[in-house]
Amino acid sequence: MLIKQLSVFTENKPGGLAPIIETLGKSNIDISALSLADTSEYGILRLIVNNSELAVTVLKEIGVVVKVTDVLAVAMDDTPGGLSKILEIFVHKNINVDYMYAFVGSVNNKALMVVKVSEPEAAAKALADAGISTAEAKDIYRI
Amino acid sequence: MAMWQKEIETMPREEIKKLQSERLVWQVKRMYENVELFRRRMDEKGLKPSDITSVDDLPKLPFSYKQDLRDWYPYGLFAVPTHDIVRVHASSGTTGKKIVVGYTEKDIKDWDDCVARMMTALGLGKDDFVQVSYGYGLFTGGLGAHGGATAIGATVIPMSSGNTHNQIQTMVDFGSTALCCTPSYALYLGESAEELGVTDKLQLKAGIFGAEPWTEDMRHAIEDKLGLKAYDIYGLSEIMGPGVACECEYQAGMHVWEDMFIPEIIDPDTGEVLPYGEQGELVFTTITKEGFPLIRYRTRDICQLIAEPCKCGRTHIRMKKPCGRSDDMLIIRGVNVFPSQIEEVLMSIGGDITPNYQIVVDRVNNTDTFDVNVEMSESLFADDVKSIEKLEKSITQKLRDVLGIGANVHLVNPKSIQRSEGKAKRVIDNRKL
Ligand SMILES: [Zn+2]
Repeated sequence: MLIKQLSVFTENKPGGLAPIIETLGKSNIDISALSLADTSEYGILRLIVNNSELAVTVLKEIGVVVKVTDVLAVAMDDTPGGLSKILEIFVHKNINVDYMYAFVGSVNNKALMVVKVSEPEAAAKALADAGISTAEAKDIYRI
Repeated sequence: MAMWQKEIETMPREEIKKLQSERLVWQVKRMYENVELFRRRMDEKGLKPSDITSVDDLPKLPFSYKQDLRDWYPYGLFAVPTHDIVRVHASSGTTGKKIVVGYTEKDIKDWDDCVARMMTALGLGKDDFVQVSYGYGLFTGGLGAHGGATAIGATVIPMSSGNTHNQIQTMVDFGSTALCCTPSYALYLGESAEELGVTDKLQLKAGIFGAEPWTEDMRHAIEDKLGLKAYDIYGLSEIMGPGVACECEYQAGMHVWEDMFIPEIIDPDTGEVLPYGEQGELVFTTITKEGFPLIRYRTRDICQLIAEPCKCGRTHIRMKKPCGRSDDMLIIRGVNVFPSQIEEVLMSIGGDITPNYQIVVDRVNNTDTFDVNVEMSESLFADDVKSIEKLEKSITQKLRDVLGIGANVHLVNPKSIQRSEGKAKRVIDNRKL
């Protein structure tokens, strides 16, 4: 089903990410997926962590702008065509994929992808109907 | 349409001019006799009071400055003996020494009339409850609004500033119909009322807001949150206090009460008088003030005068909201830029909260560089790069529309703009001129 992703604004300059990662580390928050979308001047750091509420609190304390977004964690066969099968389902349902990135680990020997779509609820249902499992929050947080 | 002093407020322009001439001649003569600094400045210019015969002679007269008030602190510029002074007000300002101004009994009455004219224009009267949430004390805001509300026979609720919950409780319990305070406090009261869920219990009709710069966007936000009409009032303690110029029911610029104050717009660099409608520094001459009169006082406020008649029927000239301070004005690639203009653009983008910003000006290869750093905030941030680029582009575009020159806009981390004593430093000018 849906899991919480943190999006953090960062200026694109050397050492810009360090305080964020350090702060999470100090509060014993584990990062299970991470991606950076950036331009020459700034970026958006996207994170899946094991305790998103605590992460938001500690990041806000150090003055970081952070937003919480619902995303899907999709388990897919680590074989060619695994991804295209999923994208086809979305195209069929008129659901747009904004972006996706991979998890650090795997669940039940399946690769996990973070997928941000235009309509997360509908997307989760479409995948379930097609027999494709989406990871639950509790699975993710154990990675 | 209700007016407090209809005959004066609708006086034909030629008659206003005649009245101003008489009063200016009177003022120059008595100040020459009683105020040493003014006498010295007149003598330096080789001017005698008899050289001034009408308002047309005004540009001959010497300017006066805020520094004069500091140099002659506390009573050196008073034009009457202190036994005729019934009240003083003072302000510390952000820099340096206090300044003190004094009022005779008649000065206080004139001041009350200024504010009463406004309150009457807004439809306030004996049946109204006027909550005065300006600070009472040496600051002119509290007692200035208090005096006007007393004059029109309203019931005054002298709250002074602070204690927000109590302010809102009072508004609800006492049925306040008018509110006088600073615009930022009004907005804060409106937000707090929303949080407390009492917005629909408020009976406010009119708000009189001044003493700090505010924007049209802020006006709409205040009106929306408090369910009232928000009106602008202008004043400075050196000239009188709030009420020197006031908006009427049409909210279309502030009428300067020209039977008491003569406004001029000058070029701040040359001191030359500019025609009505042009932008420049606002200068005031007080022609009825007895205790603490000033001739051609440089307010440092940059604004425009509107000579076109107002729909309300009042003949007194209107001034636009000052768009900045001549002290703050930057000249970038030959264009005048005020931090307040940038603030207005950012406010229109950031909603109720203006994002923190900093202007950085430098000179590279004989060309001015102009950078505006804007702190990212939760209300501006979105989880996709396109939205952030769009935000940056729209700030850039709006700045260009308003200023007429291009700025490099940078979105920066929250709290990354340096602050001194809690206030962000707005302008960094690295040019070595
Ligand atoms: Zn009017």
